[in-house]
Amino acid sequence: MKPFDSRQCKLLAARELSPGIFDFTVSCPELAALAAPGQFAQILVPGHTLRRPISICSIGRETLRFVFQVRGEGTEKLSRYRPGDDIDILAPLGKGFPIDPNKRTLLVGGGIGVPPLLGVAEALGGNAVAVLGFRNRDLVILEEDFKNTGAKVLIATDDGSYGHKGLVTDLATGEDFQVLMACGPGPMLRGAGALAGERGVPGYLSLEQRMACGVGACLGCAVALTDGEGREYFGHVCKDGPVFPMDRLKEV
Amino acid sequence: MEKNNKLSVNIAGVEFNNPIIAASGTFGFGREYGELYPLSELGGISCKGTTLKERPGNPPPRVTETPGGMLNAVGLQNPGVEHFINEDLPWLSKQGTRIIANIAGSTVEDYCRTAELLNGTAVDMVELNISCPNVKEGGVQFGVTAEGVEGITRAVRERCKKPLMVKLSPNVTDITEMAIAAESGGADALSLINTLTGMRIDINSRRPIIRNNTGGLSGPAVLPVAIRMVWQVCNKVKLPVVGLGGISTWQDAVEMLLAGAVAIQVGTAIFTDPYAPIKIRDGLLEFMDKKGVKSVSELTGGVRPW
Ligand SMILES: Cc1cc2nc3c(=O)[nH]c(=O)nc-3n(C[C@H](O)[C@H](O)[C@H](O)COP(=O)(O)OP(=O)(O)OC[C@H]3O[C@@H](n4cnc5c(N)ncnc54)[C@H](O)[C@@H]3O)c2cc1C
Ligand SMILES: Cc1cc2nc3c(=O)[nH]c(=O)nc-3n(C[C@H](O)[C@H](O)[C@H](O)COP(=O)(O)O)c2cc1C
Ligand code: FES
Repeated sequence: MKPFDSRQCKLLAARELSPGIFDFTVSCPELAALAAPGQFAQILVPGHTLRRPISICSIGRETLRFVFQVRGEGTEKLSRYRPGDDIDILAPLGKGFPIDPNKRTLLVGGGIGVPPLLGVAEALGGNAVAVLGFRNRDLVILEEDFKNTGAKVLIATDDGSYGHKGLVTDLATGEDFQVLMACGPGPMLRGAGALAGERGVPGYLSLEQRMACGVGACLGCAVALTDGEGREYFGHVCKDGPVFPMDRLKEV
Repeated sequence: MEKNNKLSVNIAGVEFNNPIIAASGTFGFGREYGELYPLSELGGISCKGTTLKERPGNPPPRVTETPGGMLNAVGLQNPGVEHFINEDLPWLSKQGTRIIANIAGSTVEDYCRTAELLNGTAVDMVELNISCPNVKEGGVQFGVTAEGVEGITRAVRERCKKPLMVKLSPNVTDITEMAIAAESGGADALSLINTLTGMRIDINSRRPIIRNNTGGLSGPAVLPVAIRMVWQVCNKVKLPVVGLGGISTWQDAVEMLLAGAVAIQVGTAIFTDPYAPIKIRDGLLEFMDKKGVKSVSELTGGVRPW
């Protein structure tokens, strides 16, 4: 069986979750059967040479869910798709989060980095604390979805318009966890990494980089890594990641 | 795919099952896309550029999209030719496709020793990359003057026992001078074009998007330049020419053959559609059948210029 493939996938449901953030569910039984939380897809935008990397948000029996933010031309065109349209998806790609439902897991998400953690919370069957940060109340997404997984959910906003005012990592005070998984902007990832370090638990961070092939062939999506012996080299986000054990990253 | 004599081509004594070859640097060493289809579906694979010693490559970002194409400055990241020979070639040589080793270096001696190490191996052909625009000492200094091209071609020719294809840079005033120089230096074939040096700037941060500042432009945007250059070169030299640059459909491939190419390479189009090389092959065959063309070589150079 092919570990990934490109397919025309029918868009089943499309919704705008908050201004500029879209929630797509596509039908793709073959790809869904292969997917794991934290992996991503390369989505074709007709007329564009490079596919857009978008994380798998949630994995259904025959569906995949993607939540993406309009950032430029490609995501803008994508946001105009309507249910019934076909989308060309190359997936599932990369290495996802190492999930162990026996370990209480802290999920640290920021902004558009929140969606990929939903699939993790689902796979953990509730044995998770999700601390999720957003700029303000209007941008809070997926709170109910996370609650439905059985996870404990704590929200922070930068301006205090909803939940805790301040950093997501503040919310972890008083929480017990054996492993940390994070996805979000650079400063948040640094904070999450520091938190895992303080608690002495393993941390896994999901990274972004500009990509061409998405499968490990072009070496376009370099990330500076260190091996066990402290030797530095360039790995690749699409194949070695996007999720990395934080002690392998040269810098966050 | 079964051998189809209509599609088979001979380049410098090497028989290819079909004229569709994966372009260097876009197909790795075949393992990734080999998960999607048997590599024997392709006429050949030009492997990622390899150098005498391992190279770390450039810091990211290394790629970005451009209208109708992309820029890259990967910087020849590769594990070195010996790793290629020991780790990749044994597997690749069992895939039933032709293997082209793409070699680069910073000195003439580097190139020669890299080529020598490949002499006793399963590699079918060596492609001399003297046109990588993304590393200071990645060989492009040899690729932009006629003396440089002739000198390095001759030096490698003396020590390389495999058919030698020289890959030309489009970043020159007159590419036909480089083609003639490669022919005089003893090349068995030419491939063109490599990428055109380009640049994009983020207007908010005022930083070039590619960390190397400049990168190589490839993809559909460069097709007309590639067609023109292949046509000019084919009018000046007798060597077989493998045409590439921006080919993404079978129609593009036919154009490239008509311009004079004996075979084509597909690169960036694979990022848009991993199955592009196969669709191009099938489309080409269908076109030939429809037009009553019995062999690809009948298309080569078939343009009727005004
Ligand atoms: C592994 C991975 C997972 C991702 N998951 C999600 C997700 O779940 N939801 C979401 O909203 N976004 C996600 N992103 C970011 C998303 O890929 C970019 O926002 C998107 O590519 C922007 O495309 P554009 O055409 O709208 O923007 P433009 O700026 O017009 O794009 C120009 C080029 O730059 C690339 N590019 C621009 N920004 C980024 C970026 N941040 N990362 C990688 N490439 C970029 C584009 O792919 C394109 O090739 C992910 C990125 C990666 C690498
Ligand atoms: C990401 C990337 C990496 C490349 N690496 C190499 C390389 O190692 N050696 C080489 O000769 N050409 C390299 N090239 C150039 C291609 O082989 C080809 O000449 C060029 O991209 C034009 O063809 P295309 O438009 O079909 O991609 C690279 C191109 C890309 C996009
Ligand atoms: S995008 Fe090609 S190697 Fe990662």
